[in-house]
Amino acid sequence: MIVETEGLTKRYGSTTVLSGLDLKIAEGSVLALLGPNGAGKTTTIRILSTLTRPDGGTARVCGSDVVREAAAVRGAISLTGQYAAVDEEQTGRENLVMIARLRGFARPKARARALGLLERFDLTEAADRRVRTYSGGMRRRLDLAMSLVARPRLLFLDEPTTGLDPVSRTTMWDAIGDLVRDGVTIFLTTQYLEEADRLADRIVVLNNGGVVADGTADALKSSVGGTRLDLTFPSAQDALRAQAVTGGVADGVTLSVPSDGSAVHLHRVLDDLLTAQAGVLRVSAHRPTLDDVFTSLTAVAA
Amino acid sequence: MTASLTMIGRSIRLSRRNLDLVIMSIVLPVLMMALFVYVFGGAIGSVQSYVDYVVPGILVLCTGYGATSTAMSVADDMKKGVVDRFRSMPVSGFSVLTGHVVASVARNALATSAVVLVALLMGFRPAASVTGWVLAMGVLLLYVLALSWLAAGFGVIARTVESASLLGFFMLFIPYLSSAFVPVETMPTWLRAVSEHQPITPVIETVRTLLNDQPVTSGWLALAWSGGLLAVAFGWATWLFGRINRR
Repeated sequence: MIVETEGLTKRYGSTTVLSGLDLKIAEGSVLALLGPNGAGKTTTIRILSTLTRPDGGTARVCGSDVVREAAAVRGAISLTGQYAAVDEEQTGRENLVMIARLRGFARPKARARALGLLERFDLTEAADRRVRTYSGGMRRRLDLAMSLVARPRLLFLDEPTTGLDPVSRTTMWDAIGDLVRDGVTIFLTTQYLEEADRLADRIVVLNNGGVVADGTADALKSSVGGTRLDLTFPSAQDALRAQAVTGGVADGVTLSVPSDGSAVHLHRVLDDLLTAQAGVLRVSAHRPTLDDVFTSLTAVAA
Repeated sequence: MTASLTMIGRSIRLSRRNLDLVIMSIVLPVLMMALFVYVFGGAIGSVQSYVDYVVPGILVLCTGYGATSTAMSVADDMKKGVVDRFRSMPVSGFSVLTGHVVASVARNALATSAVVLVALLMGFRPAASVTGWVLAMGVLLLYVLALSWLAAGFGVIARTVESASLLGFFMLFIPYLSSAFVPVETMPTWLRAVSEHQPITPVIETVRTLLNDQPVTSGWLALAWSGGLLAVAFGWATWLFGRINRR
């Protein structure tokens, strides 16, 4: 286990941010931490990356205690925070060389490392411009590059694509995908369920300072129920008449019927409606999205 | 060691690129000196004799501007994500603050040179020998170092850059309650007691007597104040930096 926490708690004044968090992460996996604002995602990352001390409980990261052996933890991790942690008034190259020097690279090696990362993140042309002039996407790429100067065992990404346009977001996802293939363990927080769905092989949902769900994207989706059929009728009366036959929830001209997703069930529903002479216009089937998971989990707990 | 050198390089590069900072810490002291000499000089004595008197005071006033800008740049750093990055790396708080302090001392050295050069053009003719100059600059350096660490500490606890700049108010106000601009003998007794016993007066008097080649009377007192302040401020600032991860 590259991360192991037990009963982690953190309070700010009278607000409890974490109330006994237990979390284990296997090396080489990608974990996405989801949760509404204020659920404790950033606090968890700050504790695990040694920036904040927990009030109670223990956390071991890469085999070392985050409080007592912070220096060892810091040598093995990298953090890309919510706000690009770059020096605005230095150039991209200067930022990278600075981090390489701080990571113990000798000057020529530091320069070579910076050059390689600039190429890899498509920043070569902007290398000698001050970061102040960079776009949001370039800044995030530089930020990620700075986290990879020394290859970390564990990389924390706190909302890595918040505020990025779709193209920059895809670029970031590709870069993160490359890291996963290199075997870097990734711990990311995100508000975008699509991001978690695409990148993570395990999703943990946090609400009110504790874990409310834990599993793969598929497992979480099945947990909120199976497929749903949406039937559209010419009028609301038709929809209500059909509801009397098939059950489900009518909303205007649409009727939603729970289903197991099989062709047999679809057949039966349509046959029943034919018998009842309720003329269906359209049928569509929906698998639950992570959004549904998220909404149901955080609504229940709140 | 490499970490401290890297952070020093960073802070110096950042100060060079921040025009406000350069103006505040170098141009302002020169303007202040011109103001004092030409506006007050005539009233107090003559421009010639006042420039000889006031230069050490202006040099100490400079350090106030320098300290304020240091506190502001530390505060600015703290509120940005970049310090979190350093803190999540095996880099000590000492290195981060050392970068700021050394850049601060370098800015002060430039400001001091600028003030002395302009003062020479305005008729400043100190009687000091080379040794006198070296000693005077040494006393000033120790004082600047102490003040810079104090400012770094203020930068760490200040929640905003604006509150860090409050330090400037004190730094710029305290020299007026010293022998910087007028001899303390001209002040009312109660104020004179304050002015004579605050740390800036012995520093100014030591620099002034050294530069004017007069017998130094408050040298040890100046060194004790500066050295003591340095030890306390250094400990305080690094302790504060270490404490921020409890938040």
